[in-house]
Amino acid sequence: MPLISRKDSGLLARWWFSVDWALMGAVFLLMALGVIFSLAASPPVAERIGLDGFHFFRRHLLFLFPAVVLFVFASFLDARQVRRLMLGVYVAGIVLMVLALFIGPAIKGAHRWINIGPFSIQPSEFVKPAFVVLSAWLLAQARRLPDVPAVAIAWGLYGLFVGLLFLQPDMGQTALTTATWLGLLFLFGLRWRTIGLLAGGVLLVAVGAWAMFPHVRARVDRFLHPPQLPDGARDQMDFAIEAFNNGGLLGMGPGGGMANKHLPDAHTDFIFAAVGEEFGFVAVALVVMLYAFIVLRILIKAGRLRCRFCRFAASGLAMLFGLQAIINMGVNVQLLPAKGMTLPLISYGGSSMWAAALGLGVALALLRADVAEAEAAHEGAEAYGDDLASPATPAVSGIAKAAQGGQAA
Amino acid sequence: MTAGRAGIGALFTRQRLTILAFAAVFLVIAGKAAWLTLGVDPERRTAVVRKAHIPRPDIVDRNGILLAADMPFASVFAEPYRMIDVDEAVEKLTSVVPSLNAAKLRRLFSDKRRKFVWVLRKIGPDLEKRILDLGIPGIRVMKEKRRIYPMGRLAAHVVGFSNIDSKGLSGIERFLDGAGAIFTASLINPSGKDARPAQLALDVRVQHALRAELQRAMRKYKALGAGGLVMNVHTGEILAMVSLPDFNPNDPVKTGALKKDRLNRMTAGVYELGSVIKAVTFAMALDAGTARLDKSYDARFPLRIGRMKINDYHAQRRWLTVPEIFIHSSNIGTARMALEVGLERHKAFLRKVGLFDKLRTELPEAARPLLPRRWTKVSSATAAFGHGFAVQPLQGATVIAALINGGKLIPPTFLKRDKDAAEVLSRRIISEDTSRKMRYLFRLNAIEGTARRAAAPGWRVGGKTGTAEKVINGRYSKDHRLTSFIGAFPMDDPKYLVMVMLDDPRPTAETRGFATSGWNAVPTAGRVVARIAPILGVKPKLDSEEAKKELARWRKINPDWNVPMAVAAKGAVSGAQ
Repeated sequence: MPLISRKDSGLLARWWFSVDWALMGAVFLLMALGVIFSLAASPPVAERIGLDGFHFFRRHLLFLFPAVVLFVFASFLDARQVRRLMLGVYVAGIVLMVLALFIGPAIKGAHRWINIGPFSIQPSEFVKPAFVVLSAWLLAQARRLPDVPAVAIAWGLYGLFVGLLFLQPDMGQTALTTATWLGLLFLFGLRWRTIGLLAGGVLLVAVGAWAMFPHVRARVDRFLHPPQLPDGARDQMDFAIEAFNNGGLLGMGPGGGMANKHLPDAHTDFIFAAVGEEFGFVAVALVVMLYAFIVLRILIKAGRLRCRFCRFAASGLAMLFGLQAIINMGVNVQLLPAKGMTLPLISYGGSSMWAAALGLGVALALLRADVAEAEAAHEGAEAYGDDLASPATPAVSGIAKAAQGGQAA
Repeated sequence: MTAGRAGIGALFTRQRLTILAFAAVFLVIAGKAAWLTLGVDPERRTAVVRKAHIPRPDIVDRNGILLAADMPFASVFAEPYRMIDVDEAVEKLTSVVPSLNAAKLRRLFSDKRRKFVWVLRKIGPDLEKRILDLGIPGIRVMKEKRRIYPMGRLAAHVVGFSNIDSKGLSGIERFLDGAGAIFTASLINPSGKDARPAQLALDVRVQHALRAELQRAMRKYKALGAGGLVMNVHTGEILAMVSLPDFNPNDPVKTGALKKDRLNRMTAGVYELGSVIKAVTFAMALDAGTARLDKSYDARFPLRIGRMKINDYHAQRRWLTVPEIFIHSSNIGTARMALEVGLERHKAFLRKVGLFDKLRTELPEAARPLLPRRWTKVSSATAAFGHGFAVQPLQGATVIAALINGGKLIPPTFLKRDKDAAEVLSRRIISEDTSRKMRYLFRLNAIEGTARRAAAPGWRVGGKTGTAEKVINGRYSKDHRLTSFIGAFPMDDPKYLVMVMLDDPRPTAETRGFATSGWNAVPTAGRVVARIAPILGVKPKLDSEEAKKELARWRKINPDWNVPMAVAAKGAVSGAQ
């Protein structure tokens, strides 16, 4: 007799039979790879800055446990709980970001961190998924409640968040958030012309950033016109390329890397290159495939959902996660100019790992058939002029289907 | 409702577009990663470099004589996990090299987890062959290089030494790892055309003469230590520098290189140079125009400044002319000359000649000057005769060279340098005219002043003596001194500066109970000059009255020395003409 019966309608049973196990497996696999990669990439960095060789590795493990808990916990929530949680995270995160501007330590010239007891966290990491979920909810409400300026409020949330990111300054997160927000607007159904205008605006801001911030300018110029350095003198990007070159198919083995010893951020922003050198193309391909699998599977499953909020939110979270991975890997393989961005779930860093786990857990929750159907019914029940749930499908049938243990998604 | 359905269609299309876009981007990234990892010529991959001996350039003196070089050696190591019979291995090894610790080797070899154990390091080719002939499985030989210093102690403080891992720890050896890496870089160039040794300004012949005389002086006057240098006053090149006691760079640890008293006294220590510094005060006052050679100063009574009383060692108790102040080394007169110039200008002049800053040369061992905390009337007056502030001896020598050479301060160097390069680096600190007056004073001091006992006949030595009381337990000691002499020759056209410094020389019967500079540092410097002047091609002039008097003095002071007799004979001939 199975431990959990399909007839059981308790929380655990519903979760057990509705959660996407393949996605869950992929996320856990990525986390496990992160541990192995940390073991290979972080000791040289730790030794270089005078720490015990396994300092970053031990802390990586320490960060991982809460990440797993957070991920699983989030996947248990229903749509309403997700919204409440994310509203809380957004408000708290924004407050902490404001505080960080004033009392946070300046690390590499930016006020991104805030010290809470023995920990230092980067609140903007958590605001990202919260913003995505809240704006997805607002966009989902936009057609249902035409008299509420939902889209304008969403723009307000975006403006507040990005404004604070800009002040830190954190151009990478700004770009990531903006791209995800444009993606959400695109899914929401903004006219192509409007999308084009917005994209033009973003381009303008990007040029502005290039003109305003010397470090942005230097990195972009470095990307567009690789400098002719004297023989033997190489910068971070050269070492990243050299790392991939050394890697070959199977890599030089853990700890065998030469170039990654010179990468200042081999454990964070440049872990992809470090992995390429020590484990070769096989590991690199596996990592890209895992990210692609997670992102595409969420996007495909979300596309089939009848619940608009769930679809927007899950898609938005997938885009956020995917874009972050893409920017990081793109920088590493020199498709994009250098930009400080962690590789979600793999790079060293508590805030980044926890925020990614939270976002994916929420996405997993919203993809669960029972949650989505209940939320769709809820949307349908309140709706007038509904554009998703057809009149032929009454709200009740959704609930009934979910109660049947809706494997059909 | 139709509008709504169209909306659904649009949404789904856009979801599909998004999915396709993401898939495409992931593919592009995977593609670029594949191209980077797989599409590269294996030749371009970083070679796995095993930790090897870093090449070090040879070090040679100005004439190409070898001072330091790499020599190939072999080192024997064991791989216990490959070893078949531990007892046999240990037995065979100890039969060839009985000094090996058999018990320790047995213990190390028995630990099969060990992959690497050193057995013998840096052995010669004979022993290497005998060990290889034993044919012990798991015993292997690694080719290594070892740094050797053929001249041993001769220039230990200048050349320095490197450790077993080929890292320069002191002296020029350390310089070669840092700023001097250009020499090392030339070795790495595979074409080898540029490979060149680090050529020093040092002349081993001069170095040897200086070291031998300093050793003799240390013994004779029972000094704790001695130091000296020979510098080309027109290029700043240091032809010789000695600091005693020294060490053998071939085995620095056993010969005490790390002991406190082995520091390079000439650069790594700071000393109150005492009256030698008076020359600086004279140059300042003469150059500023406040003093003239025919001007007199009141030296009848001790000079009182506040609670401080300045007295003379060789007190004359009368008005003294400027040259008299110099040759009697009058503290009172010199202090008056400095006060006449004024506090601020005195300070500015000392700063201009570089005595307030740490002197940097190629040697990493360089000490910062010790200066009075506040510059008051008292500190100005005492600094005028070299008390109350301490500098590297090399620093003092550098300034004196500038006073003699026509007025140009040239940063000293241990590397070979030509006159043009020195010209570019030089900085005028006093006028030609002042420099000429200084040369007159220096020479006068050697003819009838405190430097009489230099007496190197015919080589026209001139210089200034200094006797400083050593600070012992925070107080000036009347009984322990640091004596020094800085001079140059030939004074009518100075080429080389000679400095001699003795740490706590004792009075002897021969010195009639004196232990001041004129009785020990000066005659030592005179002997150095008499030895190196012929090497350096400086010709003596023996036909003057002065030279004849010097010769007479020389014979009295150096009865052991028959070398200048040949010179004396020649002098007699030229005197007869």
